[in-house]
Amino acid sequence: MYQQFSSPADRRLSALARHLEGSSPSSAMDPNHTISASATSGSDFGGSVFAHVVQAPEDPILGVTVAYNKDPSPVKLNLGVGAYRTEEGKPLVLNVVRRAEQLLVNDRSRVKEYLPIVGLAEFNKLSAKLMFGADSPAILEKRVTTVQCLSGTGSLRVGAEFLARHHHQRTIYIPQPTWGNHGKIFTLAGLSVKTYRYYDPATRGLNFQGLLEDLSLAPSGAIVLLHACAHNPTGVDPTLQQWEQIRQLIRLKGLLPFFDSAYQGFASGSLDADAQSVRMFVADGGESLAAQSYAKNMGLYGERVGALSIVCKTADVASRVESQVKLVIRPMFSNPPIHGASIVAIILKNRDMYNEWTVELKAMADRIISMRQQLFDALRARGTPGDWNHILKQIGMFTFTGLNTAQVAFMTKEYHVYMTSDGRISMAGLSSKTVPHLADAIHAAVTRAI
Amino acid sequence: MASTMLSLVSAALPLQENHKGKMNLGSSDRSSFLRKEKRNPFMKTKSFGRINMAIAVNTSRFEGVTMAPPDPILGVSEAFRADNSEMKLNLGVGAYRTEELQPYVLNVVKKAENLMLERGENKEYLPIEGLAAFNKVTAELLFGAGNPVIEQQRVATVQGLSGTGSLRLAAALIERYFPGAKVLISSPTWGNHKNIFNDARVPWSEYRYYDPKTVGLDFDGMISDIKAAPEGSFVLLHGCAHNPTGIDPTPEQWEKIADVIQEKNHIPFFDVAYQGFASGSLDADASSVRLFAARGMELLVAQSYSKNLGLYAERIGAINVVCSSADAAARVKSQLKRIARPMYSNPPIHGARIVANVVGDPALFNEWKEEMELMAGRIKNVRQKLFDSLSAKDKCGKDWSFILKQIGMFSFTGLSKVQSENMTNKWHVYMTKDGRISLAGLSLAKCEYLADAIIDSFHCVS
Repeated sequence: MYQQFSSPADRRLSALARHLEGSSPSSAMDPNHTISASATSGSDFGGSVFAHVVQAPEDPILGVTVAYNKDPSPVKLNLGVGAYRTEEGKPLVLNVVRRAEQLLVNDRSRVKEYLPIVGLAEFNKLSAKLMFGADSPAILEKRVTTVQCLSGTGSLRVGAEFLARHHHQRTIYIPQPTWGNHGKIFTLAGLSVKTYRYYDPATRGLNFQGLLEDLSLAPSGAIVLLHACAHNPTGVDPTLQQWEQIRQLIRLKGLLPFFDSAYQGFASGSLDADAQSVRMFVADGGESLAAQSYAKNMGLYGERVGALSIVCKTADVASRVESQVKLVIRPMFSNPPIHGASIVAIILKNRDMYNEWTVELKAMADRIISMRQQLFDALRARGTPGDWNHILKQIGMFTFTGLNTAQVAFMTKEYHVYMTSDGRISMAGLSSKTVPHLADAIHAAVTRAI
Repeated sequence: MASTMLSLVSAALPLQENHKGKMNLGSSDRSSFLRKEKRNPFMKTKSFGRINMAIAVNTSRFEGVTMAPPDPILGVSEAFRADNSEMKLNLGVGAYRTEELQPYVLNVVKKAENLMLERGENKEYLPIEGLAAFNKVTAELLFGAGNPVIEQQRVATVQGLSGTGSLRLAAALIERYFPGAKVLISSPTWGNHKNIFNDARVPWSEYRYYDPKTVGLDFDGMISDIKAAPEGSFVLLHGCAHNPTGIDPTPEQWEKIADVIQEKNHIPFFDVAYQGFASGSLDADASSVRLFAARGMELLVAQSYSKNLGLYAERIGAINVVCSSADAAARVKSQLKRIARPMYSNPPIHGARIVANVVGDPALFNEWKEEMELMAGRIKNVRQKLFDSLSAKDKCGKDWSFILKQIGMFSFTGLSKVQSENMTNKWHVYMTKDGRISLAGLSLAKCEYLADAIIDSFHCVS
């Protein structure tokens, strides 16, 4: 990516050498280049101090949408990023969110003053209750610190930075596979990343033995990333019994659980059911972290609303931990954005709006479940070879189809179906109208001669 | 850090908890572990209620975490809120207040938000680099719409989380692509600058800036220190309304600063948090940045809309990197995206849309300029009143004219830490310990009171 240079002059000489070799379009040779080269110009060779900066590849997940946008085909289908679409294929802003926004804009007493470093207090309290249950002993005992962060990504990053500075064991175990951004978040935060077995391609289900074996070999104190529900990308979740065994193992080994909860309410349609795994780890009196996102379940994607909760042994520890988390946040973004958090707070604290939300949430979850059924039926109708039951068994927004990278590339090229190269499709991007096209694409990919 | 482990069933379990080393499984054979697990009745699942076993740790793993001190700037507001005195005055954080000392949401912002609500726009993820419409107008606002750097597509603009977030992206870029390069920051500078570079692991050192003897700019010291720095250093400059001193270089001084930076192949790095707020004119306040860009220099500029559009809590800003070619700008932009993705994935839409609507609409833009002039004007009036009050009340004949010469939201009073503490403890005037007061938090009505406090602290406390 870049070399260690001993001086800026070295850097520039190397850049010039690259220009002369013609390995990249050279600004030095560009007749349209208009640097006014004065005697004291810093750009000695008409080059750039950034000459050694190479073009980064597009993000593998968000880059799918970039590619999709470029495609002129009228039948193109975006099953890349996990953003909910209506039956008409349109993005959805929940009615209850619109109502909350109207209230915000109409409220003349509202100001835009800086939030505290930890964010909107009301939002933090309500988020903790949503995650852990209003009657959670940890909350009643003030053992939880909850800070507002930038959606799931931001909550994970802040939590990881805190752990890298203050936790004696700086290794985190992430499931194989996991969301593509996890590894980078933790590495940049200063943690060392290892994996534990999770997905079994043979059964398209959970490799439970492998999971237990790998976690049992983790060094004491290691951090373990757990998807609270609707595992991304596989859609494969442990059963409650399996969760209990995982919990026992983690407690026995003194491992530190770090939950990523991006789909609460979206997986089963029930907010409480989808929080069971996290709550088990609080009920036993132990410590844990949880990153919460409102991107999907409240459709607040672009508002970047989320929260990081750290469940500690005592209120005193929680308060000290919070003070240190603030030191991570201040040099990163100072304090979080107010708009999305205000929307969430209004909805969560108002009984009617909360109920309305649960209804709209269940409707989204139900539509996805019906897409699963429709896709399964369509593949069966086409006699597509293979067992496609996993489409029905997997949970949440995504289906891990089991298609390989060659098949995925084929589907994109020939059928303009956009998905991530690991074979993950976002069911939220499907509609009754587009299911046939997808089924055709899968059928063709699976039956084509290589 | 010794911790005693209490396991309620430790006697029964074949496995021992050990924080100091690896887990001793008793056997490295995986299948034998599983067989043991099946044999041991305690490892079977009985219920998911209140679990009272397999709790191996009694003390917190965060027991050793110490209480961090409150933020020196943001902590001032916290302390202010806790004070019950009627006389209290918050001159801590740089957030604009009206003459009634109320927070102010600009009319153009309210109009923009209403428009946005009427349009019923969606809340989809922005691209990693932010809202395209915002990125376009923010670069144009900074450099001027017809500027060659924009026409030639030589600016990489990425939406960031206000000034802090934009500075942090730039710092991460420096750490990755200019390893070992130093950032030179002014002495003094905004308190959070060093935190940002520390957390980004970018080394920094200070250049002389504030001269307490003249209560002005130590220009020779500044030039000398910039010259002495290793070639290819990044020089952090405040575009206008230097924070905390309020002391800006003159146009002639800016030219000389640019000279020495070019001489040493340094890279200018502007922090522009007050465009429009310093003089009241958006263009005038951008003249330092434009001067450097006009010389064909490559430079970085972090922007914030917290103050000039009053969008503090919306966290809206941008990092701009002016490169010598469009190709370099494209590459730099791609790498900034790579830094943002594992930090927060993509930036928040609300503030970006507000800015795009205000700056992109000629009527709203003009209205904004008027509101900005009003805000900057109020601060100038307050400066004048404070100066008048101090001059009238001070029997020792101290020269208070620095208050009129300084520009922007802040005044560097020259009060020491102890004197600043006296301001707070005796007079309930909240300010930062470096002697900085935010004039944005001062009303004409309070100038006399503040003058009394300042005179008392200066002359009676040492």
